[in-house]
Amino acid sequence: MKLLIFLALSIAASAHAQTLRIGLAEDPDILDPTLARTFVGRIVFAGLCDKLLDLDEKLNIVPQLATSYEWSGDNKTLTLKLRSGVTFHDGEKFDAAAVKFNLERHKNLQGSNRRGELAPVSSVEVADPSTVRIHLTAPFAPLLAVLTDRAGMMVSPKAAQAAGEKFGSHPVCSGPFRFVERVAQDRIALERYDNYWNKAAIHFQRIVYLPIVDSTVRLANLRSGQLDFIERLAPSDVPALKSDSRFKIDRIVEIGYQGITINTGKSELAQKNPLGRDARVREAFELSLDRDAIVKVAMEGEAQAGNQWVAPNNRYYAKNAPIPKRNVARARELLKQAGVSNPSFTLMTPTTSDAQRVAQVVQAMAKEAGFDVKIQSTEFATSLNLADKGQFEAYVLAWSGRADPDGNLQTFIACKGPLNTSGYCVPEVDEAIEKARTTLDPTQRAKYYEVVAAHVAKDRPIIYLYHRNWLWAHAAKLTGLRTVPDGMVRVQGLQMK
Amino acid sequence: MLNYLLQRLAMLVPTLFFVSILIFGLQQLLPGDPAIALAGEDRDPNVVAFLRAKFHLDEPLPMRYWYWLSGVLHGDLGDSVRIQKPVTELILEKLPVTLQLAAMAIVIALVIGITAGVISAVKKDTGWDYAANVFALWGLSTPNFWLGILLILLFAVQLGWLPASGYVSPFEDLRANLAAMIMPAFVLGNAFAAVLMRHTRSAMLQVLSSDYVRTARAKGLDERVVVLKHALRNALIPVITLGALGLGELLGGAVLTEQVFTIPGFGKLIVDAVFNRDYSVVQGVVLFTATVYIMLNLLADLAYYLVNPRMRH
Amino acid sequence: MAAVVYEQLEITPRRRAWRRLMRRGGAMFGLTVVAFFIAVALLAPWLSPDDPLATSWSAVRAAPTAAHPFGADELGRDVLSRVIWGTRASLLAGVVSVSISLALGVPIGMLAGYLGRWVDAVISRITDAMLACPFLILAIALAAFLGPSLSNAMIAIGISATPIFIRLTRAQVLSAKAEDYVEAARALGNPHWRIALRHIFPNIVPPLIVQATLAIAAAVIAEASLSFLGLGQQPPAPSWGSMLNTARNYVDQAPWMAIWPGVSIFLLVLSFNLLGDGLRDALDPRHK
Repeated sequence: MKLLIFLALSIAASAHAQTLRIGLAEDPDILDPTLARTFVGRIVFAGLCDKLLDLDEKLNIVPQLATSYEWSGDNKTLTLKLRSGVTFHDGEKFDAAAVKFNLERHKNLQGSNRRGELAPVSSVEVADPSTVRIHLTAPFAPLLAVLTDRAGMMVSPKAAQAAGEKFGSHPVCSGPFRFVERVAQDRIALERYDNYWNKAAIHFQRIVYLPIVDSTVRLANLRSGQLDFIERLAPSDVPALKSDSRFKIDRIVEIGYQGITINTGKSELAQKNPLGRDARVREAFELSLDRDAIVKVAMEGEAQAGNQWVAPNNRYYAKNAPIPKRNVARARELLKQAGVSNPSFTLMTPTTSDAQRVAQVVQAMAKEAGFDVKIQSTEFATSLNLADKGQFEAYVLAWSGRADPDGNLQTFIACKGPLNTSGYCVPEVDEAIEKARTTLDPTQRAKYYEVVAAHVAKDRPIIYLYHRNWLWAHAAKLTGLRTVPDGMVRVQGLQMK
Repeated sequence: MLNYLLQRLAMLVPTLFFVSILIFGLQQLLPGDPAIALAGEDRDPNVVAFLRAKFHLDEPLPMRYWYWLSGVLHGDLGDSVRIQKPVTELILEKLPVTLQLAAMAIVIALVIGITAGVISAVKKDTGWDYAANVFALWGLSTPNFWLGILLILLFAVQLGWLPASGYVSPFEDLRANLAAMIMPAFVLGNAFAAVLMRHTRSAMLQVLSSDYVRTARAKGLDERVVVLKHALRNALIPVITLGALGLGELLGGAVLTEQVFTIPGFGKLIVDAVFNRDYSVVQGVVLFTATVYIMLNLLADLAYYLVNPRMRH
Repeated sequence: MAAVVYEQLEITPRRRAWRRLMRRGGAMFGLTVVAFFIAVALLAPWLSPDDPLATSWSAVRAAPTAAHPFGADELGRDVLSRVIWGTRASLLAGVVSVSISLALGVPIGMLAGYLGRWVDAVISRITDAMLACPFLILAIALAAFLGPSLSNAMIAIGISATPIFIRLTRAQVLSAKAEDYVEAARALGNPHWRIALRHIFPNIVPPLIVQATLAIAAAVIAEASLSFLGLGQQPPAPSWGSMLNTARNYVDQAPWMAIWPGVSIFLLVLSFNLLGDGLRDALDPRHK
């Protein structure tokens, strides 16, 4: 009998004695949810820090550290009921006071990147140890989605206060794994946290995240067995891996987009170039493009064509502005109407391989309508700078996406949007965006977005092209991956058979 | 001799000063606002303003140089903005990795280069000479990032003999460490092998035709003894000093190889920092490797000077 | 660029005639191949079967056939045409970079060597400083500063390689200065500039030619390296380095995208190296 128990225990132990090795496409930045600025950092957080709320595969809000939420009658207060029995990695209790501490830290810490996301939050009230009330200056529909990302991540108040600025080098959260070590540009190692509230869903003892920038090398590591899982498989590698039964590819359309931003009013360059000053020229440009062909050639089919800030299968996609079909004849006609015979403009393109391919395909397609597109390759850091100053005519820009449609829209299209590099400003659009973010009813919001879409489709400050597929590749024996459009690798449920 | 040493040491200071200006200038002149580059995709205006203030980015260039320089003189090379770690810590963390890679590369280069050079010199003007020449030149003629990728595809993916990339500390697992380092060391050592081969060849040829060797031959000594014991020993001196210099070069220059093989050494650190506009990292690491290089240069010259009476003036 | 630095420190051995003959075999091969590539570059418009920029959605990554002898790339462009046109970019990368280095390095080196004293001291310290920074880092920083393009890459590589030529020129000038004929010229009252130009300069040309040839080889590789980091020739214009860079994502499905530019780089660089070695044998003065 004892032997059986011993055997059972040791089998159970060995099932947990495994390390999951995940290959990342970049080295994350600071591992402090308040200060973090990169997409890839969020993947590490998925194993390290739990959040108040989470997303499911259909982008619905589901509980994590908060078990339920409720809006007040005037929609200006969000009451969250918190899960009991949750502790941080240092043993401290997770309660409403901790939530208050964290939200205030996100809002007030110097250099915090979460301030903009939590701007409408005016105060946080501790109703009782397991209930917290968030008060807003005005109704703010995206708040729930915001709390499923870094702004909803909870760190241990005690550890944060003790470490101060250096918290990021040794983060203490309440996720399934706790921080062990980090060697810059080499690895981030996490160890299973035995008191995790959902530990039944955790089947690994350790996770090691290994940043490998070169996608060929990252894939080579997977194929040679040194990694169990890689994120952002290159579309060109899909055919080779598909035929290898040792591995499996999972995919889902992202919540972000790839598009071309046109300077329509950011600087005087907008007026100098026909593309920037004449909507007909922009329409002609869009009509010269065949989005399906772009997806097929530049992304090997691993993307979904789109013409709005959300994908066509998103519930907030405005049906009154469908994707236009390619029409070179009409494009030429429009150019004639506009009195422009051979329009030429510079397409600022970051030196990433995706952007470069898209730019070249666009260049070739637009040529048939008479456009002379000059590709200006610019280092990414420089391109951001130039865009903010309005020193561009057109710019190939991707956005990683936010769960709430407002996160893909307001910063770029609203007059005062901080990332509105197009310089677009239409009062009706601003009004609609504002109404959409202060209304909680999805159907009503969708109607406001239709108004926005009607304008944006006509004015074309941004020509949205497609939404990439997140491509994950892993050992076939690894099961339990949830394909969520935010691109995160959720460790709950992952198991090596 | 002491004079020479003092002279050379005195020249160190202005050289290092120019290095500091050069690398500082290059960094600060890079286009693009570093605060925006570091602020991430969201480019929150508050964060940007915070970063600008923290790194004195609104102050005039000479002031910023002064802040940095005074920090350096106190042993503080600043912090990496991206991951908030002191540059000195990063250097200490990556130095063993880079050193190991450079050392292994030099050893490989010496083995290949000296062997090829000796064969080439001894079997002069035969097919052997030509073959050794081309073999060594091959290293110089292929971009090393390309060679690296091909080797990974062959040895890691197809054959499964070696890991595709990454680094394991030798203290953790010596075997895995060597397995991971052998390919990148080979890629690096390859190019340098060609250089060493040329120098070995010319040094050997010179020695082989010298009176010393002619005497040894006349004494009836076995040819192999002549070559290996007498000629090689003398020919090796300049070659070894070159090897030491190569170490200095490789410390900072293994940029592409480290990128491809994901070896967390200086090269990768610097390149990523340049693209992320993480100034302090680039400035600190380059200053460090430049200092080491100059020191090694000095040591090599001293060694040359000591061994080679002809150089003493 | 390691190779180029260390050549400078070499104790040059005496050359024998028959060694020159053997070397001449290699050097002749090198010269022939270089000439071949120069011809290809000049005759590109006539040799190239297709427009190197012409995309074709139906030929994406097509395997080599009669229509595309070297296959097609990820946007359906003919690889053979791109390799032919890319010869221009790669040769230019090599030649223009080194020309810049020579144009900057030789005059400065002559100044340092000829004028001596504090001019020499300052120039030498700056040169030492530049040489102490890893070559590729300098090139990357400069290329990033100027912006990603082939011409900026050439300028970046050229400037980064300048200190090597400064040092070489300076060393040659120093040893030439001590020669009898220079002292004689001075005694006759010749002005400095004439001595420098008419007496010293012609004698330092041979080692410069050798160094320049070897530097061209290294510069072609440097352009490929910069392209790997996204800083060299930008698409859609072809250069072997940027073609290799794009090709590494497709090594499995379309190896021809990588083979041809890779082989071309290898041949060109190897040839310049062989040529440079041969020139050193042929032109090297009998004693140093």
